[in-house]
Amino acid sequence: MEEYMLIFRHENAQNQVSPEQMQAWMKQTMDWIGGIAAQNKYSGGNGLPFDDARVVRATGADAIVTNGPFGDIKETIGGYVIVKAGSVDEAVEFAKGCPILVGEGNSVEVRRIARGDAGQ
Amino acid sequence: MEQPPLLPHLFRTEFSRITAVLTRLLGVEHLEAAEDIASETFLLALETWPYKGTPDNPTAWLYTVAKNKARNYFHRQQLFSQKIAGQLYDEQSTSAGPEIDLSEQNITDSQLQMLFAVCHPSIPQEAQVGLALRTLCGFGIDEIATAFLTNKETINKRLYRAREKLRQEQVAIELPSEAEIDQRLDAVLTTLYLLFSEGYYSESHDAVLREPLCLEAMRLCYLLRENERTNQPPVNALLALMCFHASRFPARRSQNGELVLYHEQDETLWNQELIMKGAKYLQEASQGNRLSKYHLEASIAYWHTIKADTPEKWETILQLYNRLLQLEYSPIAALNRTYALARANGKTEAIREAEKLQLTNNPYYYTLLGELYRDLDNQKARQHFERALQLAKTQADKQTISKKIANLGYGGEAVGAGNQM
Repeated sequence: MEEYMLIFRHENAQNQVSPEQMQAWMKQTMDWIGGIAAQNKYSGGNGLPFDDARVVRATGADAIVTNGPFGDIKETIGGYVIVKAGSVDEAVEFAKGCPILVGEGNSVEVRRIARGDAGQ
Repeated sequence: MEQPPLLPHLFRTEFSRITAVLTRLLGVEHLEAAEDIASETFLLALETWPYKGTPDNPTAWLYTVAKNKARNYFHRQQLFSQKIAGQLYDEQSTSAGPEIDLSEQNITDSQLQMLFAVCHPSIPQEAQVGLALRTLCGFGIDEIATAFLTNKETINKRLYRAREKLRQEQVAIELPSEAEIDQRLDAVLTTLYLLFSEGYYSESHDAVLREPLCLEAMRLCYLLRENERTNQPPVNALLALMCFHASRFPARRSQNGELVLYHEQDETLWNQELIMKGAKYLQEASQGNRLSKYHLEASIAYWHTIKADTPEKWETILQLYNRLLQLEYSPIAALNRTYALARANGKTEAIREAEKLQLTNNPYYYTLLGELYRDLDNQKARQHFERALQLAKTQADKQTISKKIANLGYGGEAVGAGNQM
């Protein structure tokens, strides 16, 4: 059994959503995660709020700090879930149910977590 | 209500008190001797009371006899010269032996400290539950064997090994240090949770045994609540959970002793006093920022004390199960979560999720599938119920499933996957 990180990539994260939309999305996300946990395949996860985020860039000797992951990049990471799966295909099946996919342009990246084996 | 016979009643309450006080006084290596002294005390009562009459103060009589037997034991063991005598020679005559303090306060302290000793991490979980039943709840070996669906020899061996382990590890009869207490408390709560579940969901059919088991678990949990150092939020959450479940005791048994499922229970029989106590403990448990599985399970049980089916009820229960499963997976939580999903989001989605669970050795899995397919596809519902019937282990479960098969096509109300009864 391997662990895979399902990374939520949001397009247009600065789009405003109504509280009702937010609540519906929260429920869908909790039900989705509950479904993975009910199969004993959930390892952990976190939301990554957009507010109060910073981006640090190196320019020569100095670091430049900007607000948020937004600006010149359109896509940003909104959270992740770690699942247990026998294969990447099984992890992909979990990812297909992720509610963020309803949003246009959003995607879920599926990545195996290296177990101290340097990704070999 | 019929008055319980005096001696068995006293045995259950006083055996563990005498054992705890003596073990704390003598050290954990004398645990079995302490149990023997308590047993012999009751044997003497059994032999003499019927002929000489019950003493005016039966408890005082038992304590006096236990003290005398304990003193004799000290002498036989020559503990006198080796261990205790040093401090005692000064204050007492050689024949009196050490002071045996059977005051209410010392009994409570001793039992609480014994609880931590019994739930020591060096002892396997199953043995902890067995030892707690014997030493702290005064259950007989026969009764423990019945509760675990095994025989006396197995239980005796298990208890023997557990006592040996306590001796080898030189487990002290004391409350754990501040640094250790959270972790040790977790182990104690796990054991009390198992003790309660053993009574509540036990596959053994001895109804006479089930409720005392639950009540003992509640009493021990209450001991933790009463002590300042152990009165932690998870303790109150577990106690709340037990109160909510126990509130349904009078409604869970029909007049001829059959198990009555949650949806068929007469809620006027639910014990409102226990429900209110549970609500109070749950409120107190919400102090602090730690969310234990007991908090979630108690909240689920709280929602089950409200019989009316509302969308809010099932949506809340679903979200509680979602969080519970993230904290700790169990098949029964997975099945109950799927049932709540059906009630909150509809059967179609629940069937899709249920089929992913693949708990193919679990009779409740097929009972759940049967329920989900009922009225959508009764042929499939019947197949699932029949599979459940093949896998069912207890007579009560078989009866319940047979009834569901008989009711197919007649509508009827859906019933949960088994957790809430």
